[in-house]
Amino acid sequence: MRPAARGRALFALAVAAVAVWSLAPFLWQAITSLKPAHEVAAVPVRYWPSTLDVSSYAQMFKARPFALYIWNSFVVGVGTTALTTALAVSAAYAFSRLGLPGGRAALLGILGLSLFPGTVLIVPLKMLAAKAGLLNSRLGLVIAYTALNLPFAIWVLKAFFDRLPKDVEEAAWLDGLSRWQTLWRIVLPLAAPAVATTAILVFIFSWNEFLIAQTLVSRDAARTVPVGIAMLSGVTVYEVPWGQIAAAVVVTTLPVVAVVLAFQRRIVEGLTAGAVKG
Amino acid sequence: MRDHSRAGAINWLYAAPAMLVMAVVGLLPIGYTFGLAGEYHRLAVDTRFWPVVRTTLSLTAVTVALELLLGLAMALVLWSPFPGRGFVRAAVLIPWALPTAVMAMAWRWIFNADSGVMGDLLFRLGLVASPQVPWLADATSAFWAIVLADMWKTTPFMAVLLMSGLAAIPDELYEAAAIDGAGPVRRFFVVTLPLLQPTIVVAVIFRAIQTFGLFDLVFVLTGGGPGGRTQTIAVYAYDVVFRYQELAYGCALVVAMALCLVLMTSLLLAAARGRGAR
Repeated sequence: MRPAARGRALFALAVAAVAVWSLAPFLWQAITSLKPAHEVAAVPVRYWPSTLDVSSYAQMFKARPFALYIWNSFVVGVGTTALTTALAVSAAYAFSRLGLPGGRAALLGILGLSLFPGTVLIVPLKMLAAKAGLLNSRLGLVIAYTALNLPFAIWVLKAFFDRLPKDVEEAAWLDGLSRWQTLWRIVLPLAAPAVATTAILVFIFSWNEFLIAQTLVSRDAARTVPVGIAMLSGVTVYEVPWGQIAAAVVVTTLPVVAVVLAFQRRIVEGLTAGAVKG
Repeated sequence: MRDHSRAGAINWLYAAPAMLVMAVVGLLPIGYTFGLAGEYHRLAVDTRFWPVVRTTLSLTAVTVALELLLGLAMALVLWSPFPGRGFVRAAVLIPWALPTAVMAMAWRWIFNADSGVMGDLLFRLGLVASPQVPWLADATSAFWAIVLADMWKTTPFMAVLLMSGLAAIPDELYEAAAIDGAGPVRRFFVVTLPLLQPTIVVAVIFRAIQTFGLFDLVFVLTGGGPGGRTQTIAVYAYDVVFRYQELAYGCALVVAMALCLVLMTSLLLAAARGRGAR
């Protein structure tokens, strides 16, 4: 091979390695979930099922109320996304444009707060939730997640607002619109892509959250997907239903995979805006 | 000017709802954790405390270092244009977007002692003596299982950040280096790496903070086992509070964790400044 061709082959190999590394653990769950029950834990390992069998999917919905978990995750995700985005848009706009006295210090404070891991607040959070009657409640999760996602959402949205040209707003003020009207009628439509990016990221964070859901919820009525799956186990330790677990992993992660494939560019943009500005 | 600053103070109303939610559900519980904490003297005599701190620190150092190397390689591969790049970039984001707790179950299946695919693959490659390896029953291999699963999950984030750093390097610098006769390897060390350093510092500090507070992956993948030997501080504190019901001491552990975190971050920042000053 000529050097250029060899370089190209090596590069293709590197690309393939990156793709396989990223997808293999998920694909292995998908393969496991489609095996007939007796092949799931076969020794030696079978790398492909003899027939495609979807009974693990049927059993997973029977063994545990997974439809309810998925619904709970969805409701909490949508609620968190709506509340977080609404509050963050108005706050980020003020931090970016309205010259808040002490705004810079407040932004740094928010950033510092958001860097602490969830463990730092779960014990009192559980007490607060108990006092407010928000244990085992989807609303309780929405409020907690909103508080945890706001710092990130405000930073990302502020970074985007900073980049919008100011003259449009000034023209709107001259036309007699109040600041509030300017924000909702003029700025928000311009910032729609940024708001969408933030909303996607907040939804993913909320869909994936484990520690707080595990701490604040102990009943099926409000249990979300990650906790539901982590709790799956057999009658004894020796009977872990791996086929069903694999099916549950696939069903609950497929929506996220779809979102990532559809919005790859936006997600990258939001992650970099949120992290690099800090 | 006085008019302007008065308007500024009133504009805090835009940020007030968001600030209120973060204060009540974020700041207040964090402060309350400090209030609940007590029995600090037990930290000195608790034989579990230092091993847990050591595990957390090793996990942080090893994971972040490996992740930086792999993330850098990934960023360089994904940065060069090639057909199908959009798809591969999306594929790389999937591990980052999937729920950690859910994928921890997937990794438990991969590392399963009896019919896990990890043992089978390494056996076929001739790297282990038997396809049945009790990975999670041994402290050392369980530690590396956590490292691998965490790297898989978070390297994409690192790669995305580093790519944003690559985007900021002007092409002219590469061209100038090429004219001076620098090959691709030399260009990497003379142009890419020095100019990427600020991004690397941000990414490493960010990831170190996250790994130091790691909870869900360890909680689901190994449960802190075998015999508590893969417990991070977060998992240990959770156990002390919610399993052993020792509220005061559990919160003292959380406070100790927060202080370690602040100390580690300050040291990393100081190290980065020292390097930058040279």
